[in-house]
Amino acid sequence: MSDQPVELDTAGGDDGGPAEGQEEDRQRPALGRLVIQSVIEGNSLVVTTLAIVSAIVVGGLLIAFTDPVVLHAWGNFTSSPGNAIAQAWDSASGAYVAMFEGSIINPHSVAQVFQQKSLSVAFSDGAVSAVFNPLSETCVNATPLILAGLSVAIAFRAGLFNIGAQSQFIGGAMVCTWLGFGVSLPPVIHVVVCVIGAFVGGAVIGWIPGVLKAATGAHEVIVTIMLNYVLAYFLSWILGTSLMQRPGRTDLISPVIAGDAHLPLLLGSHLRVNASFLVALACAVGVWWLMERSTLGFEFRSVGANPSAARTAGMSVTRTWIVVFLIAGGLAGLASAAVVQGTDFTLTFQSYGTYGIDAITVALLGRARPLGVVLAALLFGALHAGGILMQAVTSTPLTITEVIQAIVVLFVAAPPLIRAMYRLHKATAGPAGQFLSKGWNG
Amino acid sequence: MTALTRPAGLSVSFSRRLVAPVTFLAFGLIDILGFAMYAKHGDAHFAFSEEFAKVTVPNLDLPAAATAYVCGAVSVALAVQRAVLPLGQAARRTGIGLVLFCFVIALLCWADVGQPVPFNIVNLLSGTMAASIPLILGALAGCMSERSGVINIAIEGKLLFGAFASGIMASAFGNLWVGLVCGALAGALLGAMLAVFALRYLVNQVVLGVVLNVFAAGLTGFLYDRVLTPYQNRLNSPATFLPVKIPLLGDIPIIGPVFFDSTVFLYITYAAIIVVQVGLFSTKWGLRVRAVGEHPVAAETVGIRVLAHRYRNVILAGALAGIGGAYLNIGSVGSFSPNMSSGMGYIALAAVIFGRWTPLGSLGAALLFGFTLELQSVLASINVPIPSNILLMAPYIATIIAVAGLVGRVQAPRADGQPYVKT
Repeated sequence: MSDQPVELDTAGGDDGGPAEGQEEDRQRPALGRLVIQSVIEGNSLVVTTLAIVSAIVVGGLLIAFTDPVVLHAWGNFTSSPGNAIAQAWDSASGAYVAMFEGSIINPHSVAQVFQQKSLSVAFSDGAVSAVFNPLSETCVNATPLILAGLSVAIAFRAGLFNIGAQSQFIGGAMVCTWLGFGVSLPPVIHVVVCVIGAFVGGAVIGWIPGVLKAATGAHEVIVTIMLNYVLAYFLSWILGTSLMQRPGRTDLISPVIAGDAHLPLLLGSHLRVNASFLVALACAVGVWWLMERSTLGFEFRSVGANPSAARTAGMSVTRTWIVVFLIAGGLAGLASAAVVQGTDFTLTFQSYGTYGIDAITVALLGRARPLGVVLAALLFGALHAGGILMQAVTSTPLTITEVIQAIVVLFVAAPPLIRAMYRLHKATAGPAGQFLSKGWNG
Repeated sequence: MTALTRPAGLSVSFSRRLVAPVTFLAFGLIDILGFAMYAKHGDAHFAFSEEFAKVTVPNLDLPAAATAYVCGAVSVALAVQRAVLPLGQAARRTGIGLVLFCFVIALLCWADVGQPVPFNIVNLLSGTMAASIPLILGALAGCMSERSGVINIAIEGKLLFGAFASGIMASAFGNLWVGLVCGALAGALLGAMLAVFALRYLVNQVVLGVVLNVFAAGLTGFLYDRVLTPYQNRLNSPATFLPVKIPLLGDIPIIGPVFFDSTVFLYITYAAIIVVQVGLFSTKWGLRVRAVGEHPVAAETVGIRVLAHRYRNVILAGALAGIGGAYLNIGSVGSFSPNMSSGMGYIALAAVIFGRWTPLGSLGAALLFGFTLELQSVLASINVPIPSNILLMAPYIATIIAVAGLVGRVQAPRADGQPYVKT
């Protein structure tokens, strides 16, 4: 039973990797034909795209049919069906247009640039920055998702479920914030020390489920979920003590971290995108190297694919579990550095937001591959960045982004559903339904 | 996961054997070093009757520090016994129970000394029953689903769906029973989603459960912001079920107010416990369900329809958990708030594992966690010198200790989480 690997690639053998290698041996078909064929067969990229489109459609229906104006119009559907449909369209498209303007590019700010006297004025008064602001916000929102998503992904590859990115985020955030305001260090060193502190703080919390699993067999799903709650309450407690509460405040907020602990901004003072984005991309490359090129990563993947075989081959399965959780925890801790040192500069009892849960959806959508995680995080980062503008402009609640995320992942996890919905043919290569579930017994 | 079923090596099984004694010892030391040494001088008073009860039981007074010392000594002795002597299963379980009991007594003694009013045990226990209702129903749902071979992590989402649907329907129709039925239906709906994605599309069931929880939290949160907040009065202010005292039984001292004076949800819970326990272990249906969960191929060979059984069980389990969610809303607070289940679904899941996938075992575990939940809120209300946030951590830490320290090696139903495809 433990022989079943956690294989996230639910599309079976019809994507990337070895299949492509075999393809090269044969005669290459023409590119156009290849594209059409892949669309018809529904390879993983097509399935993912269709899953995203479907989720957006479902989300749009939800937005439209919970809007009082739309519901009123549909109440009079028989008298004016055109109006009812138009209202529904307006409601959903309005929300998505605002989302697009908040996450990719806003035509109004582009127009502003051309109304300036000269290009230099446009640069100096921030009109150019305003054009790039949505993209910058997307990157800012994506950064913690990349790091936390890598954390979940690395555990997935080793056959472990890290539902506890939230607890590890909090662990890292507490260390990072404390180092940020409680310690004085020279400028550059301070930033680095805080970032390392975030990694260590997250790794310590990550170590707990790893070592408990190794020593007692406690299932990591239960332990990590419980730790999320434990750490959330611990954070609330410690923010109310003299250890971390901002002097003179009664609410749960830490002092502001020192200016030299801020991560440097990348594109001028008007845009929030900062060095943590580069750190996240570097981590993605690092994780790729670790998993694909290093001995340790080979052990991770072996343990994930088949613990018994890995043990027989002389690997220490329990040690691997602990190391995986240390690294995963550290990555989730780094996500907190991106938030604390990159944008917030302080810690509140809600700073952890929904990063822990979002990280799972990011890792699943990214199929637990580093590049996939980065792309998925950028997509969900765009959803969040755009969602904020959408909430401000159309008063559609930001929580719709969580719904869309969950639906995307549900669709992505079930390629047969997408294939059936869009009448795609079954993939020619690979078994149709790869056994990929893994139970409590391993 | 592997270590659950078989030792990963000698060192693991050795440290594994030490976990329980070390946990016992830790509890004993907390009893002695924490509660006994820091207890205020004097007696702790415990009351066993509600106010205005027909038959009263006299109060009990215990010298606080001395009692805590005794409790600590008992726990340490049990730790030594567990480490040295080979014990049977019954003795091991009694040991766990005794250590926990001693810990609670020591804690209560320490907390109660110097309180003006005697500590009311009956209120604590009846509160425990109430707090346990969603956990028990969730755990029974987990048992039903997992016994048939489908991992059920989506209990949390079903609780949320149940809470949301029951509240909005009870408000809109002005009828609590409509709310209750709709809560069950909403839970069953999420159960049906779980079943379809797990059984038809063969999605990894752990992943699926987590994603469905995200979906449920997102959807109910979105609808709360979008629909409930603007129409708070019309859609989010249901009445709540009132306690119904069972004649005669309800007047028995201690037992009456704890077990027979509660809302209809508690009685539904009793019925559910009996139905699931008897159903799973004493009926043809139960035998088939367990066969499907242990060895689907063999079950199919003798003509049992594997997928039909799984679909039915997962959807029925969803309805049970949905009722548990309805309790959170129309059985207790009478309004919906986002994420109001606050991890109870996951605690129920831990109860299933702690209870070794048996209804009665899960019931015991759920009661234990419910007790922790209730104890935390009671202690917070009598102003013990522990910060409230630390107290709030207690149920979750208790769950970790239970799963890691006390549960030992457990065996899930053999085909749990394995998709079944006819070949």
